[in-house]
Amino acid sequence: MSEPARSQRFAEIALPHLDAAYNLARWLVRSDCDAEDIVQEAYLRAFKAFDGFRGANGRPWLLAIVRNASYDWLRQRRADDVTISYDEELHDGHISAEAGSANEAMVNPETALARADDRRLVNAALARLPAAFREVVVLRDIEDLSYRDIAAIASIPIGTVMSRLARGRKLMLAYLEQAEA
Amino acid sequence: MDCKDARELLGGFVDRELSGREALEVAAHLEGCGDCRSQREVHEALRGAIGAKADYFRASPGLEARVRAVAALTSPPPKAAAPARPPRNWWGFGAAAVTVAAVLWSVGLFIALPSADDRFADEVVSGHVRSLLPNRAVDVASSDQHTVKPWFSGKIDFSPPVRDLTTEGFPLVGGRVDYLGHRTVAALVYRHRQHLINVFVLPASNGASDTPAKVFSRQGYHALRWTRDGMVFWAASDVELAELEKLRGALLSN
Repeated sequence: MSEPARSQRFAEIALPHLDAAYNLARWLVRSDCDAEDIVQEAYLRAFKAFDGFRGANGRPWLLAIVRNASYDWLRQRRADDVTISYDEELHDGHISAEAGSANEAMVNPETALARADDRRLVNAALARLPAAFREVVVLRDIEDLSYRDIAAIASIPIGTVMSRLARGRKLMLAYLEQAEA
Repeated sequence: MDCKDARELLGGFVDRELSGREALEVAAHLEGCGDCRSQREVHEALRGAIGAKADYFRASPGLEARVRAVAALTSPPPKAAAPARPPRNWWGFGAAAVTVAAVLWSVGLFIALPSADDRFADEVVSGHVRSLLPNRAVDVASSDQHTVKPWFSGKIDFSPPVRDLTTEGFPLVGGRVDYLGHRTVAALVYRHRQHLINVFVLPASNGASDTPAKVFSRQGYHALRWTRDGMVFWAASDVELAELEKLRGALLSN
């Protein structure tokens, strides 16, 4: 492929997903400037890797690169954000220390859902989720992607997408209930 | 299926991601279990709330420019078709498929060509750059809107709104008649610190409704296009986009 044709084709495949890319990076790193840098870096990586792209759907391909770039950034600067404890991943045990006294079993869904009407509280609860849960909730509930696409983006099995979503949503309820209305 | 199994699959059930058999089993369990039914409602309500209330962060025009630069995208931008979700509901109508194909084909053409606005933006930026040459900015130099506005009458076939915006930080320098897109247009010139800003005004096509601002960037210049009260406005300058937005806000507030 000639250089201009390659650029043109890349633009057609990758640029339509710029909002989705920025939204994912912004939710993962929670800073406008850093998210912009990461998205730029991700597009650079994507452009370099573009010859290897054969699929029909550019969205999961591009978002996987954005997600990896975001995680690279987080690992360097906020390692705590990206580690989920073994316990948290596998069991319904405690929610990490950060979550304090949240006990999901005791959550009163009515209180939590009443607060889910408040934009600010929903944003705060989502921002508080550990990154591994935050990303699946963002990709599913905000970006409306299928489990299959999310699995490809986060490189995890589809079953793990489902269990992380379940945990993430439970945690959201707990955080919402704890929130000061 | 017992409650424990059902609860584990409830998320997938609400998301319509279970296999047909699993979905049937969960549905059968829900039929007979009020507790799990209320759990499902909680799931659905929370899902809906996250989708409706959580912020969706959109890329800024600045980021878009940076990303385009990454690929050295010199050729015109294909943006249009993208973010819209595929119109799933239509596919059921077999007869409509031909129409859809035709629409997609024409969208394809549209993507391949720069839009009329894109081409006009080139002219706007060129017009702005021309005006920066010595003694080209204004034909009538005045910060008095009551001098500039009547000056236009007789030179063009419409009457552009003219306002001095000194108090908002954009003193009026004057006006001139320019020629863009094969027609004469009014150019109002404002100063912002050391920068000149051209605001080109021309009549909109009949019945055009007001439109919000659209951003164009060319060689370090920004252009903003909007429509108001039957006039099309194009503001162009090398000032920050935010400053252009401010000028636009000042022009819109009466």
